[in-house]
Amino acid sequence: MTVGLFIPCYVDQFYPGAAIATLELLEKLGVNVVYPENQTCCGQPMANSGFEHLADGCNKLFLKNFAGFDYVVAPSGSCVLHIREHLHSDDKPNLATELSQKVYELSEFLTDVLKITSLPSKFPHKVGMHQSCHGQRGLHLSQMTELVAPDFSKPGRLLQMVEGIEIIPLSRKDECCGFGGTFCVTEEAVSVKMGKDRIEDHLQHDAEYITGVDMSCLMHMEGILKRQGSKVKVLHLAEILNGK
Amino acid sequence: MQAETKDHAELAAIFNKDEARVDWHDETLWWVRQKRDKAVHVLPEWETLRETASQIKNNVLSNLSEYLQQFEANAQANGIIIHWAADAAAHNAIVLELLLAKGIRKLVKSKSMLTEECHLNEHLESNGIEVIDSDLGERIVQLAKEPPSHIVLPCIHKKKEEIGDLFHTHLGTPKGNADPQFLTETARQHLREIFLTRRAALTGVNFAVAQTGEFVVCTNEGNADMGAHLADIHIASMGIEKIIPERKHLGVFLRLLTRSATGQPITTYSSHFAKPRQGKEIHIIIVDNGRTIQLGREDFRNSLKCIRCGACMNTCPVYRRSGGHSYHTAIAGPIGSILAPNLDMEKYADLPFASTLCGSCTNVCPVKIDIHQQLYKWRQVIVKNGYAPAAKKAAMQLMSHTLSSPAAYHTAGKAGRWALKYIPFAVNNKFNTWYRQRDMPEPPKQSFGEWYHKNRKKK
Repeated sequence: MTVGLFIPCYVDQFYPGAAIATLELLEKLGVNVVYPENQTCCGQPMANSGFEHLADGCNKLFLKNFAGFDYVVAPSGSCVLHIREHLHSDDKPNLATELSQKVYELSEFLTDVLKITSLPSKFPHKVGMHQSCHGQRGLHLSQMTELVAPDFSKPGRLLQMVEGIEIIPLSRKDECCGFGGTFCVTEEAVSVKMGKDRIEDHLQHDAEYITGVDMSCLMHMEGILKRQGSKVKVLHLAEILNGK
Repeated sequence: MQAETKDHAELAAIFNKDEARVDWHDETLWWVRQKRDKAVHVLPEWETLRETASQIKNNVLSNLSEYLQQFEANAQANGIIIHWAADAAAHNAIVLELLLAKGIRKLVKSKSMLTEECHLNEHLESNGIEVIDSDLGERIVQLAKEPPSHIVLPCIHKKKEEIGDLFHTHLGTPKGNADPQFLTETARQHLREIFLTRRAALTGVNFAVAQTGEFVVCTNEGNADMGAHLADIHIASMGIEKIIPERKHLGVFLRLLTRSATGQPITTYSSHFAKPRQGKEIHIIIVDNGRTIQLGREDFRNSLKCIRCGACMNTCPVYRRSGGHSYHTAIAGPIGSILAPNLDMEKYADLPFASTLCGSCTNVCPVKIDIHQQLYKWRQVIVKNGYAPAAKKAAMQLMSHTLSSPAAYHTAGKAGRWALKYIPFAVNNKFNTWYRQRDMPEPPKQSFGEWYHKNRKKK
């Protein structure tokens, strides 16, 4: 099995640690991982802003870079959701559809494809888990509080495999952090207020770290935490699962 | 947005200047959301109910003209007078005409978001008709000369002290008295007097049954009944989408409506109106006002399934922190944001963007409207129709250009990280909206791509 590693643009530029952890974790679990060096972005920033038609270049690149793999894995629920729902090609529509179904978010790949039951990792800290909306509601990585259905969480189950970790409860289990792509700047006031409230929930339950499957939500919360002078840190799920 | 009216972001920013108020607004609505959760989680068949309701509405929307005609014939057979209104102006004209024909100058009204959509009150008042809203929340916002900020909880943005002040000014209660029990009793006496002396009543319609020609009005205060039963003439305003095929379907919708809206098992009053009593009249105005256009928009027709429970507003993290008035339309929140652009795409071009697309609205919707997917789709339509601000358009073109070329992307990434590190003032300034209340991420020494090239490719 060869997996194409898709590292979203902002993770590549600002959070290489999350990407390295993803790569190392997959390799540790025996997966052959290849990182196509000419990748850029999934195209979501344009599409969610109403400019889906300007995402063509990104679509073409994505197809070119990833069409040959058995699976494509990315440490981002949001980008994966975008590819699943909107990857598009006028020339090769079938190839685009096929590829869009082979793209997995990291925690769902570990749970549904690799079906792992244990991890050699250790992280003796109090951790709050931020359920990013696109991962949770879009990819259904965990059950949502609005629905009447049994509870489960793919990233939650993976975190439970980590030695020494204490996952703190939250008052609002799956509230949005307010990042929302370009929403974070076009609706700055509400975005920041949502972020502050989301952080407060974690802080009130004594989190030392906030983790999640989407670095974008974590980047937004980190920006507010730092501005508040908080010592609480954000870490991508992969960094905890890969912790030694 | 070039429009004169402020857009959602600006209005929400004003609302957010008083953070304590935002917290209070958020917590109040979250409390309603939690009540809703409790009420739905005791029903193992909840998801089946939602699916059933959604399917019934699919049937309705696919056979709308047939059901409307069936409803009209059956209602007429019951002695109800039916009027058809193509738009808001026609609706308002019919109401005015009905009142003037009987020499009526005062109208008591129960809750109807359709009349808000049509701006009926303003029209009647400018024609010398006094309108009294009889729903307590609506009466409060009416006294404050404000529109409702929520479709089910119209004055949810008002604190009890503010209501006390309003009642002091308009109803003569003692200054500073904000006791909810006392204020409610005052409103009750005030409205009772109105119910007893008005000759015409207007209500909304929650459900109109095609099979029987009857309609159902749901209230918690019984005010629709008080108005309608005491009046000589009862006017009911309904949107064309309020039809359900058969009486047995009511059971599905009545169970869904209030659990979603307030967490109650059922509304206190679910009043059936089938035929006028002797000497009295019932008129129904069936209103289109853009609904057939929405029906014709394949991507957005599902929005017509809405039963106006307001659950999407209570759950929406953006609505809770921006207040209903920031949506500058009669129906606020996520559902309003997919209905309004149909009425006026330019005026409401901002609303589909007032969302993080978190999807919670879609999950709580009792009739399974794909609200957040429609928000996404409206964004595409609005941009295609040329209603995107010029600066955003330029930024998106630049971004698209950079991200379409790996070389341009790598150069831009490197330059950006370099700037953040060596000339942070170029990034961390007041023109950077991110930086206003958030720090920028710390630039790493190398991107992942650079790390990979060094550490893996050369191995």
